[in-house]
Amino acid sequence: MEHHSVLRVVSKLLIPPIILYALYVQWHGDYGPGGGFQAGVLFAVAFILYALVFGIDSMMKVLPPRTAHIFAGAGVLIYAGTGIVTMLLGDAFLGYNALAHDPVHAQEWGILAVEFGVGVSVAAVMIALFVAFARHNPPLKDEDW
Amino acid sequence: MTASLIGIAVIDILLFTFLVITAIAIARLRNLFAVVMLAGVFSLLSAALLATLDAVDVAFTEAAVGAGISTVLLLGTLALTGREEKKPRHSPFLPLLVCLVTGAALIYGTLDMPSFGAANNPAQEHLAREYLERTPVETGVPNVVTAILASYRGFDTLGEVLVVFTAAIAVLLLLGASGKRPSAGRRGEE
Repeated sequence: MEHHSVLRVVSKLLIPPIILYALYVQWHGDYGPGGGFQAGVLFAVAFILYALVFGIDSMMKVLPPRTAHIFAGAGVLIYAGTGIVTMLLGDAFLGYNALAHDPVHAQEWGILAVEFGVGVSVAAVMIALFVAFARHNPPLKDEDW
Repeated sequence: MTASLIGIAVIDILLFTFLVITAIAIARLRNLFAVVMLAGVFSLLSAALLATLDAVDVAFTEAAVGAGISTVLLLGTLALTGREEKKPRHSPFLPLLVCLVTGAALIYGTLDMPSFGAANNPAQEHLAREYLERTPVETGVPNVVTAILASYRGFDTLGEVLVVFTAAIAVLLLLGASGKRPSAGRRGEE
């Protein structure tokens, strides 16, 4: 699709706001709708759009599949690690109250950490899945669709 | 108040009508590309329905995952397999009978459910009130859904992330996830 200049320009305009919106949904999930799952998907969509328009190979230069696999595991470890940290601090697994002196602040920190783990994991998983499907295919010609 | 209720009812009926039409079209079409697109439409309609129920978090997820990512992944699968569904060799009557009986049983089951949105529903009696009262005091998080998902039900959400992670591992193992691109020669043999 590299010769479609309209698609190239529009997707270049769209990708930064998509990533910005993903970050907004990630860190603003306490106040509005959204959270790690939705933010992760939106973040992955930015990469997928880039891969669709500019080719899977240039996307894999930005984020090699191996890195995506590592991030997928890292997100789960951030989530479970938060639980381990609260256990080491003397509370139950994922009992956030131990994270700070004020339980309300501790809850907020715990939720932020956990949602960050969810976001990282979901984004990496979605990108890795897309790459796994897409790179087996030769780039489609326009008339094939 | 009544006018807005009628408005919601009209929107609901419209959305459900489109939902049924889309489902029938998905069942009847043989062109899988069109089926994938209609599945995305189905997800968007469900997201709109969830939004009319004020479940914005779920609507958001349905729109992003169901209509967005799933469609892309299904298109990727189509490119790996084929675009036309084969004609079924068996007659459609037995599956139709199973669907009709299951659907009738499910509808029969809903007759016992409390009426939709009633103030004395079990869901609204103590559990919802408890969460709504406790969340601002205990967590200070304005979005109660986030507080329930990440704090009160933190174990469940950890399980969900693990499910996503495990599913990804399974798919990557099936498709072959080594760092190298499959070589042109091998693809030619296939």
